Amino acid sequence: MVDTDIPSGAAAGTPGGPVGRRSAPVKASKRAWATAASGRTAALLVSPTLLVLTVVVLYPTVMAFKESLYGTKGLDPKTGFISDTEPFVGLQNYADIFGEAGDRFWNAFWNTTFFTVVTVGLETLIGVSMALIMHKAFSGRALIRASILIPWAVPTAISGLLWRWIFNSDGIANALIGRQVLWTTEGFHAKVAVIIAEVWKTSPFIGLLVLAGLQVIPKEVYEAARLDGAGPLAQFWRITLPLVKPALLVAVLFRCLDALRMFDLPYLLIGAQKNSVETLSMLAQNEASNVRFGPAAAYAVLLFLYVFLIALGFVRLLGTDLVGDVGGPKAKRKNKLRRTAVSGGAEASA
Amino acid sequence: MTATVKWRTWLLYLGVASVVAYCLAPFYWMLVSSLRSTSDIFDTSLLPTSVSFENYRAVFSPSQGFGRALLNSLIVSGTTTVLALLLATFTAYAMARLNFRFKRLILTLIIATSMFPVVSIVVPLLKLFTDIGWINTYQAMIVPSMSFVLPLAVWNLTTFFKQMPDELEEAAMIDGCTRGQAFRKVIIPIAAPGIFTTAIIAFIAAWNEFLIALSMTNRPSIQTAPVAISKFTGATQFDVPFGSQMAAGVLVTVPLVIMVLIFQRRIVAGLTAGAAK
Amino acid sequence: MNARTTRVLQCSAVLVAAGLVLTACGSSGGDSSSGQSKSPSFTGRGPITFAAAKDSSGVVQKVMDSWNAQHPKEKVTFVQLPADVNQQRQQMIQNAETKSDAYTVLWMDVVWTSEFAAHQWIDQLPADQFPLDKMLKPVVETGKYRGNLYAVPQSSDGGVLYYRTDLLKKAGISAAPTTWAEMKADCAKVKQLPEAKDLDCYAGQFQKYEGLTVNFAEAVNSAGGVITAASGKPDVDTPAAKKGLDFLVDSFKDGTIPKEAITYQEEEGRQAFQSGKLIFLRNWPYVYSLAEKSKVAGKFAVAPLPGLTGAGSSSLGGHNVALSSFAKNKATALDFMKFFTSEASAATFLKDASMAPPYGSLYDDAALVKQYPYLPVLKKSILGAVPRPRVVQYGDASSAIQQEAYAALNGDKSSAQALKDLQSELQKSAAQ
Repeated sequence: MVDTDIPSGAAAGTPGGPVGRRSAPVKASKRAWATAASGRTAALLVSPTLLVLTVVVLYPTVMAFKESLYGTKGLDPKTGFISDTEPFVGLQNYADIFGEAGDRFWNAFWNTTFFTVVTVGLETLIGVSMALIMHKAFSGRALIRASILIPWAVPTAISGLLWRWIFNSDGIANALIGRQVLWTTEGFHAKVAVIIAEVWKTSPFIGLLVLAGLQVIPKEVYEAARLDGAGPLAQFWRITLPLVKPALLVAVLFRCLDALRMFDLPYLLIGAQKNSVETLSMLAQNEASNVRFGPAAAYAVLLFLYVFLIALGFVRLLGTDLVGDVGGPKAKRKNKLRRTAVSGGAEASA
Repeated sequence: MTATVKWRTWLLYLGVASVVAYCLAPFYWMLVSSLRSTSDIFDTSLLPTSVSFENYRAVFSPSQGFGRALLNSLIVSGTTTVLALLLATFTAYAMARLNFRFKRLILTLIIATSMFPVVSIVVPLLKLFTDIGWINTYQAMIVPSMSFVLPLAVWNLTTFFKQMPDELEEAAMIDGCTRGQAFRKVIIPIAAPGIFTTAIIAFIAAWNEFLIALSMTNRPSIQTAPVAISKFTGATQFDVPFGSQMAAGVLVTVPLVIMVLIFQRRIVAGLTAGAAK
Repeated sequence: MNARTTRVLQCSAVLVAAGLVLTACGSSGGDSSSGQSKSPSFTGRGPITFAAAKDSSGVVQKVMDSWNAQHPKEKVTFVQLPADVNQQRQQMIQNAETKSDAYTVLWMDVVWTSEFAAHQWIDQLPADQFPLDKMLKPVVETGKYRGNLYAVPQSSDGGVLYYRTDLLKKAGISAAPTTWAEMKADCAKVKQLPEAKDLDCYAGQFQKYEGLTVNFAEAVNSAGGVITAASGKPDVDTPAAKKGLDFLVDSFKDGTIPKEAITYQEEEGRQAFQSGKLIFLRNWPYVYSLAEKSKVAGKFAVAPLPGLTGAGSSSLGGHNVALSSFAKNKATALDFMKFFTSEASAATFLKDASMAPPYGSLYDDAALVKQYPYLPVLKKSILGAVPRPRVVQYGDASSAIQQEAYAALNGDKSSAQALKDLQSELQKSAAQ
């Protein structure tokens, strides 16, 4: 192994022991935390989470990936029975998206992307405004907090049904706008209906998280800014926004991941197999429900990769705020070195 | 000066009112629909012509087992939230405070696991749980729910912990606290709003989970509220019991919100009080 | 520190690997077990389960209770599935995929038989042990796959035409229309009445879902066309089928069918009819008792569906019961299925929950006809009914039909083009 400049001495000291610490300057103590002891602690703290996730997600995910390499079971014309085994087709299910079946995939891909960009964009705007209003409002805070929770607390299945009746041809939406729009038919209006319902349901998610981020900003920061003569707008751009950025980005990240997997709402509100609103999850579900588990799994894996790329982007964006690489570029380079060293080691041991 | 202040308060009230209206208008429609009688369920009048509780009676008729389902939901999402928060607190602390290798990789891995469409993991999970005899148990719903609650909790808590200045802890440690004590007595109370919000969001996410809860159970005594609602039927195959579905929607939402409000007072107050010591 | 962290990671890697091994074992073990048993033996007695959508009338539980009273050691428990048909099917398929014995007897939509039989998710049943000859013939056919019985009819259903007797009478029309042309002519007459000026003529189920398949199939069959020929091969690109589809397409164009009907499922259509907005409605018998409690009560009646040149033919609805291949206690299960599909049970289902019986004689029972005046019409409808295509890939066939029919109704495609595309889609799916 290449790395580690364990500061001698620090390794010997008991972590958190009052004796060695007291004299240590802050900087040194920070580096000292990256020691054998802290590695052990970290492993101890992190492993339960990893364990749970391995059992519940990694295992089925690996299974799904394996499934995606198999084709659909064939029908034996003589007996009339479907064969017991699925043929191994390699990457055929993936290659198919560039062929004939591809139109539907790409349509779903663009729908998914469109929904994600538009809904998360709107949710961020509305959610942040909600949070700012809630943070400022002192009277009626309980009321506003309770009401903001409601859309998020209504089960998606129920809210899908609710919106379907709202957007019914004789429903309240048409009664309010005074003309008959057939929301659940194919077309752009179907997308609009889904976006309205989705944004209503999930803006509170961003609102709540950003509010929590605002609440942990110490008041002194604002006071200092006010003393410096910063106006409300300047305060927002220069203090509020940078300080809630991590919370906001995490909220946006999770909304993106969720929006990319959107399924229930368009399914219940507009219906299955509508080109205007079919998302990748709907497509995967549709294939699975027609007992084509291979292609279904392939779509799921592709969606997973897509989501993964976006998550990676966010991790980069959030990196310094969240992971807090200490020591700047130098440490980063070292990290990279470590990573290659370890992946090499893992291969060797496999 | 006073004029601007007045104007600003006024604007704030307008903001509050519009947020409340935005959130509540569709819910109001749900409430109104649930109070209509079956014969005028499709009306679009803004008030029910005659208030009828028949939908609520239908939801609570003994054959629906809805009360039991609410209790099951509470057990499942409550346990999920507590467990997830506990594990996530440890993990997030390590992420925010300790310096160790693969941090970025682990964070990415944790989030990556929450990204797989549930539709695709249900069948393998069902196979696994059938093999180990977990069908019709609470843990068969709690453990998979952790898969989407945990990543959310880890990431959220990491950002909140990260926002706390290191100096706070260091000061506490100088005062003779161990690192664990410093964390418990200093960081957690200050991060309370963040932790609490994470708990609410985790709880609701678990509360609304449907597909796994449906697949892992086949006994009414163990089913959760969303599963129970999905089984509402009308008198015949085609007759959609819209009224009782809306009533059930109100019934799963309102207690949740009330509970959150109560907890908010108690927990946040308790935590902040702890911080003052 | 390196060693520690790597160990944690290795640990999870081992877990993943273990998972893989587990599944590898699982799948290889499963393959050998399902043999080519042509005539499965029904052995084993003991408790069983019945998996079906929850039944709010309580009649299913009532029938099961009377079985349980007689068979205390072979009790049946009710596994309640979601109300949504697709979710019921999904749960059953999941159950079969995991080879679970949680469901013994399955309550299946009539269109699932071929698919479940071909996948060997359900067992072939001894036809001679069920009173099939007393049942209506088209209904029995829905339980067969390649000539063998896989599912036994529990209830049936057929489409009927609801019409406003009061308006027709006022307009001087004495009988319900039997052809589409007559229906359109009747509408024209009725609409001359001052109170009926704004009414719409006709609606069915035209939203893009299974109901559209039903309505499309009815239109095609009522014009003398077919979707799949007797041999099972698709044969929908014909002039007769085009006349059927054209009836729907033209009706949308000339306003006979209101344009919002493209969003209608069963309930939306019922709502429109009940609130007096429609003169004619194609729907299932369930509407009858509900409409009797609405503002059109006493002002409507039912008739067989109209067709191109004479009476039309309905699609078949209803449910069968089948035996899961992976179940235990199959001897008990078979006895229970006989009990559950007996004429006595069918009478109870009809009386308590208005489920249309598979037995012909019940339709002529005077007391029952008094309770359900639509029974004679329904019998005619079921006897003249054509099952929806009975193909293994029913899901694909139905989505292809919905896709093309919807495009034609929406005006995105000509009906000729839609049928041509549908034919090639169906051929493709049959070839799979």
